[in-house]
Amino acid sequence: MPKKVGVLALQGDFEAHAKALERAGAEPVLVRTAEDLKSIDGLVIPGGESTTMLKLLDFMNLKDPLREFAREKPVFGTCAGAILLAQEVRNPAQESFGVIDLTVDRNAYGRQIDSRVATIHPAPEFGERAGAGDVEAVFIRAPIIRRAGPAVKVLAEYEGDPVLVEQGRHLVATFHPELTQDSRVHKLFLSKL
Amino acid sequence: MFQDEQFRLKVGLAEMLKGGVIMDVVNAEQALIAEKAGAAAVMALERVPSDIRKEGGVARMSPVSKIREIMASVSIPVMAKARIGHFTEARILEALGVDYIDESEVLTPADEEHHIAKRDFKVPFVCGARNLGEALRRIAEGAAMIRTKGEAGSGNIVEAVRHIRTIVKEMKQLTVLGKEELVHEAKNLGAPLELVEWVAEHGKLPVPNFSAGGIATPADAALVLQLGAEAVFVGSGIFKSEDPEARAKAIIKAATYFNDPEKLLEASEDLGMAMPGLDVSKLPAEELMQTRGW
Repeated sequence: MPKKVGVLALQGDFEAHAKALERAGAEPVLVRTAEDLKSIDGLVIPGGESTTMLKLLDFMNLKDPLREFAREKPVFGTCAGAILLAQEVRNPAQESFGVIDLTVDRNAYGRQIDSRVATIHPAPEFGERAGAGDVEAVFIRAPIIRRAGPAVKVLAEYEGDPVLVEQGRHLVATFHPELTQDSRVHKLFLSKL
Repeated sequence: MFQDEQFRLKVGLAEMLKGGVIMDVVNAEQALIAEKAGAAAVMALERVPSDIRKEGGVARMSPVSKIREIMASVSIPVMAKARIGHFTEARILEALGVDYIDESEVLTPADEEHHIAKRDFKVPFVCGARNLGEALRRIAEGAAMIRTKGEAGSGNIVEAVRHIRTIVKEMKQLTVLGKEELVHEAKNLGAPLELVEWVAEHGKLPVPNFSAGGIATPADAALVLQLGAEAVFVGSGIFKSEDPEARAKAIIKAATYFNDPEKLLEASEDLGMAMPGLDVSKLPAEELMQTRGW
């Protein structure tokens, strides 16, 4: 039985994540209501606009169900998802779920013309758990993790800042593994379910 | 190959806007209302299309000071419009640091034969299209997002529906053709064979396909999304309505729950009056914006 993994489908690149999960061997489920959360083993919060997602979570009364879900099951956030899961968000400050002990600056590389594709060299532990070799990281108007708390494990850095981290059952990437054909980051998340 | 690293980054931002609503704004105050309502991006322009239509004259790129003011006021992506073929307006917008440029038929065209050579730019472009040939020509020039044109400033969804249906149908037709037929079809479409073959294989455009031009209600937004659009642009529809804030929120809700009639009903309650609409079939040909672009 493949694991059922939800992708929060309010706004953003949720379809790219659903396809990436399929490639990694999971069964993706698009999540738009609290009811949808009940049947899944883990949840991906995709890239998109974090402000938009916050508004929609509010409209749909999804904030509390999401908080509860994260207390019991793994959540993986990329880019906007990373911002929503952080402890503290700056530039500008906004509400977040505080699931992972991070301080994150939004749009920290600049505007779209500063978006980039970079090759990153993950920590040896990433190689052991997900497969060795460099990772192609797509950063789009990406946030930067300025502080990672003591409980946070850094799995990869770019230019000295953490870009792939985990805390307990949760995983966060400031880049977009769903926009490449490399399934290792998604497989790493599936191994945590 | 057209899908190089720059192209992937440009398309990547479009991917992030999917399921969202991009709203026309003319100043920082409107941009803040749009962001607060949950817009995925804003489009900075001097006048909304319905005013351009009313007032006439030459419609140009928005004043730099206005765009700057909008960029400073919100944290979501800011797009701005350049005239068709006006590559120096586009260079100015790129230097300014806008996140996307719309080479738009809503402004008065600067070149009646050529569009901007968009691959040479680092900033991504979105362009309008009424059919598959037009869409693929724009992608060949470097557009990283297509929006169906509709008829801007009309408050009438009929043209947006026509254009999204046309493109979806033309894409479906390609998927059943043989290799030799695709060469002939590329000739008919006036589009590069490489792109025609890509669409035939995948059954969709190689870039996100959004919808624009005439969306005035949550139901309009849900309609074009059900027909295959992946996000919506709303121009005059928000700030020419009676209660822009409520309407902005409602259309955003409808873009997420476009397949859920109960949620659409909820989004459609207590919105006040929509913008006044125009019967597009009664508009004289020279007043149509959709026919601009080649």
